[in-house]
Amino acid sequence: MALLRSTLVRHLVLLALGALALVLLTGSLSTFHNYELAGLGAYVCTAAGLTVLTGLNGQISLGHAALMAIGGYTVALLQIRFSDRAITGLWVLPLSLLAGAAVTGVAAAVVGVAAARLRGPYLAGVTLALGVALPALTSRFTSVFKGDQGLSVPFDPPPASLGANFAVERWQAWISLGAALIVLFFLANLNRSAIGRHFRAVRDDEVAAQLSGLSVPRVQILAFTVSGVAAGLGGGVFAVSLQTASPGSFDLTLSLALLSAVVIGGLGSLAGAVWGSIIVVYLGIVLRGFVDDLGLSAASAQKLHDNLPNAAFGLLLVLVMLILPGGIQGLLRRLAGVAPVDRLRRGRPEPFAAAIAQHSSSPPPSGGQQ
Amino acid sequence: MNSPAPESRLSVQGVTVRFGGLTALDDVSFEVAQGHVVGVIGPNGSGKTTLFNVICGFVRPTSGSLTWQGKTLRPRPDRLVRAGIARTLQSVGLFERLTALENVMVGAARARKAGFASALFALPRSDRDEQRLRDEALDWLRRLDVADAANRLPGTLPYPVQKRVSLARALISRPRLLLLDEPAGGLGAEDMTHLAGLIRGLPEAGEWPCSVLLVEHHMDLVMSVCDQVVVLDFGRLVASGTPDDVRSDPVVAAAYLGTDVPAEAELRATP
Ligand SMILES: Nc1ncnc2c1ncn2[C@@H]1O[C@H](COP(=O)(O)OP(=O)(O)O)[C@@H](O)[C@H]1O
Ligand SMILES: [Mg+2]
Repeated sequence: MALLRSTLVRHLVLLALGALALVLLTGSLSTFHNYELAGLGAYVCTAAGLTVLTGLNGQISLGHAALMAIGGYTVALLQIRFSDRAITGLWVLPLSLLAGAAVTGVAAAVVGVAAARLRGPYLAGVTLALGVALPALTSRFTSVFKGDQGLSVPFDPPPASLGANFAVERWQAWISLGAALIVLFFLANLNRSAIGRHFRAVRDDEVAAQLSGLSVPRVQILAFTVSGVAAGLGGGVFAVSLQTASPGSFDLTLSLALLSAVVIGGLGSLAGAVWGSIIVVYLGIVLRGFVDDLGLSAASAQKLHDNLPNAAFGLLLVLVMLILPGGIQGLLRRLAGVAPVDRLRRGRPEPFAAAIAQHSSSPPPSGGQQ
Repeated sequence: MNSPAPESRLSVQGVTVRFGGLTALDDVSFEVAQGHVVGVIGPNGSGKTTLFNVICGFVRPTSGSLTWQGKTLRPRPDRLVRAGIARTLQSVGLFERLTALENVMVGAARARKAGFASALFALPRSDRDEQRLRDEALDWLRRLDVADAANRLPGTLPYPVQKRVSLARALISRPRLLLLDEPAGGLGAEDMTHLAGLIRGLPEAGEWPCSVLLVEHHMDLVMSVCDQVVVLDFGRLVASGTPDDVRSDPVVAAAYLGTDVPAEAELRATP
């Protein structure tokens, strides 16, 4: 059991169990459900990164879908190039995904530099603007991004070794959930380390963090970058699961759904990001199915399609903040009787709102009484 | 010890701070010699917090300079521990959603050897580093008699225990100069005695003698632990000397001691 004291061994065991579950699950589900799982994987990637940024480091982002878009479009552009040159191989898509994550990481670092100067509502405003403006860019440069219609994302069929009947949806689910597992693995490593502790220290008290030798902007930019890499990978696998990268799939609705997911799941908890993503994705599917069954005119059905799930997320968000501080993961921990050593709740309304209030009321890090 | 470390002396030279028309510090000069405990006293609004903020780099002086270990000090808050200076906050300032132990571990942030990559890949190096920090932090909590609190969140701890945790967080960086902002605020007699013993012991702590600069309103504590006391009044240094000198100085009596001792809450940062 001494081996389990190693963070790496513990997290690798969890990673292997997750991979096993993924293989078994995708094997037992229909192609349609596998298609849904592929979408879920993209949510988990991004929500995990967002919970690190907002929950662990106290920086809110209302524009994470825009970061996903950067990843998605990068993957699309690269895959199109590869496909045009008839370059194939098992390494091609991972390479594109990695590049998408890296490019998004760089972009997120730039956003992080600005974000490190902003607090609370101002940060919310700027990330919101980013979330609106970036997808709109695609219609300004239509020659590259093909406007509203978007880019197609060609990728190789599942390798022959998996069998002739291996459905492409199942392959997409593997890619997407595999990426989610990898993101969770790395973020869990960080969270367990001094880096995670420094994220949380900066969130809790910037002055004390500085006096402990931490550069607050540097820590905040790092958190934004890490979160951006996860979102970029999420956007990449999202584009692969949809087989297209279009502005409509990375809109504000997605940003808000992601934020809902991390709050519902339990802000700052990676497991919570998984629970929250499951709820948001499947609640969306159920509600859209419900709208379809109403037999409305095409126009009203179209309107309800997005708005009903959004309203539901909003309602759920408020309910969770009021009656379930700590989200689902907090509830699970309480049910499991885990001692209140956990760092995420102390019986009062949870971060998201509190973080904003706290940041806007605390003095800037320079000047003033300390 | 063949290459003696530079003497850990802090000199404050002619520091003036103006906030608009208000002069918070007016040409203040004094020194904290190595191994000395220096107290800063003065009525409310006399510039004590501003003085600390200048030394920490939160406030840039309008004029004047600082010298630390023989070199000019251009302080930046996040570079302070690297320079061997630690500060506790008047408002305690513990990270409220980190356990007491984690709080102290953050204080040793600079002592970490493993970098981002080891953390990302959870390399054994990162685990070892964490274990070392954890042991060291626990050791500090033990030295301050609050090891029981290690896994508790600050908000669940009594105020005096929180103050000790914040002291442990400052001390784990092994400072050569410790700035204490009202460390006795809110403490009972017993904790005060413990604190006095601790402060007195710091300069003699064999491996790394630590000087102390202390802002405090509890006169008993100041007079019993300080080698030297400087008195501020309206931003001007009106007296300095041994506790006995200062106590008998008529200027001081007029400025401060004769009048009511301000309630400790007055120094606390606005909420
Ligand atoms: N950031 C600031 N901006 C403007 N005035 C300030 C600032 N900080 C302190 N002051 C003023 O400077 C004077 C000295 O304050 P301070 O150093 O807090 O005194 P003390 O700590 O001795 O009570 C006070 O009049 C205070 O109002
Ligand atoms: Mg003050």
